[in-house]
Amino acid sequence: MAPETPELSGGLSEGLDLYGRPPWSRVAKGYLGWGLCGLALLLVVAPLASVLWGVIGRALPVWHWSVLTEPTTATGGGLSDEILGTLEIVVGVGILAGLVGVLSGIYLAEYAKGRFGSFLRGASEILAGIPSIVLGYVAYIALGIGLHWDFSLASALIALSALTVPYIAKATESALRSVPTTYREGADALGMAPMRSLSRITMKAALPGITTGLLVALAISVGETAPLLYTVGEYTSYGPTVHLTHMSVSYLTWVVYAYNQGTFPQALSYDAAFILMVIVLLLIIGSRLIVSMTQRNTERN
Amino acid sequence: MAITTPDELPPLPTGPPPLVLEGASGNSFRNFSQEKLPRLVTGFIATVPVIALVAVLVVLFWKAYPAIRYNGFGFLTRTTWRPGNAYANAVKTGGVLHPVAVSYGALPLVAGTLETSAIALILAVPVSVGTALAVVEKLPRRVSNAAGLFLEVIAGVPSVVFGLWGVLTFGPFLAHHISPFVADHMPDVPVLDFFRGNVGYGEGLLASGMVLAIMIVPIVAATTRDLLRTVPRLPKEGALALGMNDWEVVWKVSLPWVRSGIIGAAVLGLARALGETIAVAMVSGTILGQVPPNLYEGMSTIAATIAQQLDGALSDGTGFEVRTLAEFALVLVAITLLTNLGARRLVSKAAAATALPVGRGV
Repeated sequence: MAPETPELSGGLSEGLDLYGRPPWSRVAKGYLGWGLCGLALLLVVAPLASVLWGVIGRALPVWHWSVLTEPTTATGGGLSDEILGTLEIVVGVGILAGLVGVLSGIYLAEYAKGRFGSFLRGASEILAGIPSIVLGYVAYIALGIGLHWDFSLASALIALSALTVPYIAKATESALRSVPTTYREGADALGMAPMRSLSRITMKAALPGITTGLLVALAISVGETAPLLYTVGEYTSYGPTVHLTHMSVSYLTWVVYAYNQGTFPQALSYDAAFILMVIVLLLIIGSRLIVSMTQRNTERN
Repeated sequence: MAITTPDELPPLPTGPPPLVLEGASGNSFRNFSQEKLPRLVTGFIATVPVIALVAVLVVLFWKAYPAIRYNGFGFLTRTTWRPGNAYANAVKTGGVLHPVAVSYGALPLVAGTLETSAIALILAVPVSVGTALAVVEKLPRRVSNAAGLFLEVIAGVPSVVFGLWGVLTFGPFLAHHISPFVADHMPDVPVLDFFRGNVGYGEGLLASGMVLAIMIVPIVAATTRDLLRTVPRLPKEGALALGMNDWEVVWKVSLPWVRSGIIGAAVLGLARALGETIAVAMVSGTILGQVPPNLYEGMSTIAATIAQQLDGALSDGTGFEVRTLAEFALVLVAITLLTNLGARRLVSKAAAATALPVGRGV
C-alpha cells in the first residue's frame, strides 16, 4: 500500500482566530462527522442485534430439549436426524477439505515458487470466488446426473470441499509463512531432515493458524444451504445414513429454509436456526480461544 | 635423537565414525523420502483446486452449450421466463431438444442480481466505514474488542438465518414503516419514480438489497477496522501537531491511507452479495420474467433462481431447463470473475491481504 502524503494545503493556521481557536465551521464538521459515525454504528448494531434477537426470541419460547434427541415427525418431533446429518457433513468436509487444503497449503508455503506458485494461488482465488450455488449445481450435473449418484452425501462433500479448500489452503500457507525463519534455520543447523523439521517444528508453530482456518471452513459448511440443495437433496424421513451415494441426508439449514413449506412445524425452523447459531458461535469462540492462547504462550516465551 | 620417519609414527587414534547428518545428500533413499516425495505428494494435491476450477467451467459449458445455441444472443436481452408446454411432444430445433414454445431471457435476473448488489454496496460501505471509524477511534479498547467479537459472530450467521429474519421481521418492518413514507414523498419525475409504487408486504428488490447490505456489513466493517489499526501513529500525530482536530486527522490522514484496502473490502462484500443465494431466495418475492419496475416489486437474482427452479428443472423431461440454468450459472460466474478482475486492478496486493478469509461469511 503506497502511503499517500496527506493533503495539507489550505493553510490550517490561516483560519485560526485571535486566540488560536479554529473557526466554528471546522469544529462543526468534526461534530457532524463523528455524529454520522455514531449514527452508522447504530445502524449497524440495531439490525444485527435484531437478527440475534429475532432468532433467540423465537426459539426460546418453543424450545424443548427433546428437539435434540427425537427425529422429525409429521406433527413435530425433534431435529436429531438433521443434527446428525449436519455433523456428518461437517466431519466429512473436515476430513476431505482439511486434508486437501492443508497439504496444498504446505506445498504453496514450502515448495511453490515463481510462476507455478502464483498460478496455483490465482486458480484457488478464482475458485473461492465462484458462488456456492454454482458449485452445488455443477456437483449435481456432474455427479448426481453424470455419475448417477442421485442425491448423495459424497457429492455434497465434494461441493463443500471445493468451497472451503481455498480458505484452508490460504490459512495454512499464511500460518506456515508466519513461522519465524529462525525456527527453520535452527532445525537445519541441528541437521534435522526437511520433513522432520516441517512436521516437528514448523507445523507445530503453525498449528494454531491452521486450526483457525479449519474452524472457519467448518463454520462455513455448517451454515451453507445453497450447495446442499442439489447435492444431498432436501429432506428425507429416513434417518442419517452412512451411504455415500444414492441417499439424501437431512440437514439443519434446510429446515430453516423450508420454514413455510409445510414440511415442518414452524417451531422446528426456529429451533434449527437457534442450533445453527449456537454451533457457529462455538466454532468462532473456539478459534478465538486458540488465537488468544497461543498469543499468551508466545508472550511468555 | 634420530628423526623418526613417517613410517615409524604411531597410528592415529581412531575416533568415532564421522558424523553423518540426517538428510545430508548422499543417502538416496533419505533424499527421496525427505525431499522428493513430500514435494510430489503435496504438489499433486495442490493442483486439486485447479482441477476443480477447470472441471466446474468445463461441466457448465458442456451442459449449457445446447441452451446457448438455442437461446442465442437474444438471451441476454430477453425478459421472458416461459418453460414451454410440458405436455406437448418435445421438438428439436437445430439439434437441441426442448419443450414447445419455450423461451428464457436473462435480463430480469441479471438486472436483479446487479441491482440488489448495488443497493447492498451503496448502503453497506459508508455505514461500515463509519462504524469502523467509531470503533477504532472513539470507543474504549474493551468496547471495541467486544464490537469486534460481535461483528465476527454476525459474519458467521448462516445466510438462511438472515433470510428467515428478513421474511419474518425486517420485510414487514420495511413495508409498514419505511417504504410507504418513501413511496409517498417521492416526486413523480422520471428517475425518481423508481422509488414510487405499491410497497407490497416487504418482499422484493429493496428488502433483498437491504438484507444483503446487512450481511456484508460485518465483512466490510471488520476489514476496515483491521486496516485502520494499521495506520501508523506518526502521520496522525504529525497532523494533530499541525493543528488538525481528530475528525480532520481521520478524514485527511487515516482514510486516504487505507483507501485501496476499503475498496478491496467493498469488492469482497460485492462478491458475496452477487453470489448470495438463500437469503435472497427467501426475501426476493420471486417474480421471474420481469425487470423490477420499482424499488418494492418482487424480483429474483440468478443465484436464487438456480436454487429455486430445481423442481421445475427436474420436471422438464427434455432437460432443457437444466441446461438453461447452467447457462445462467455461466453468466453469474462471468459477472463474478469480471468483478474479481476489476478488483485486482483497483487494489494493490498489500492492501488486499487481510488476516481472516472474510470473503464468504465468517
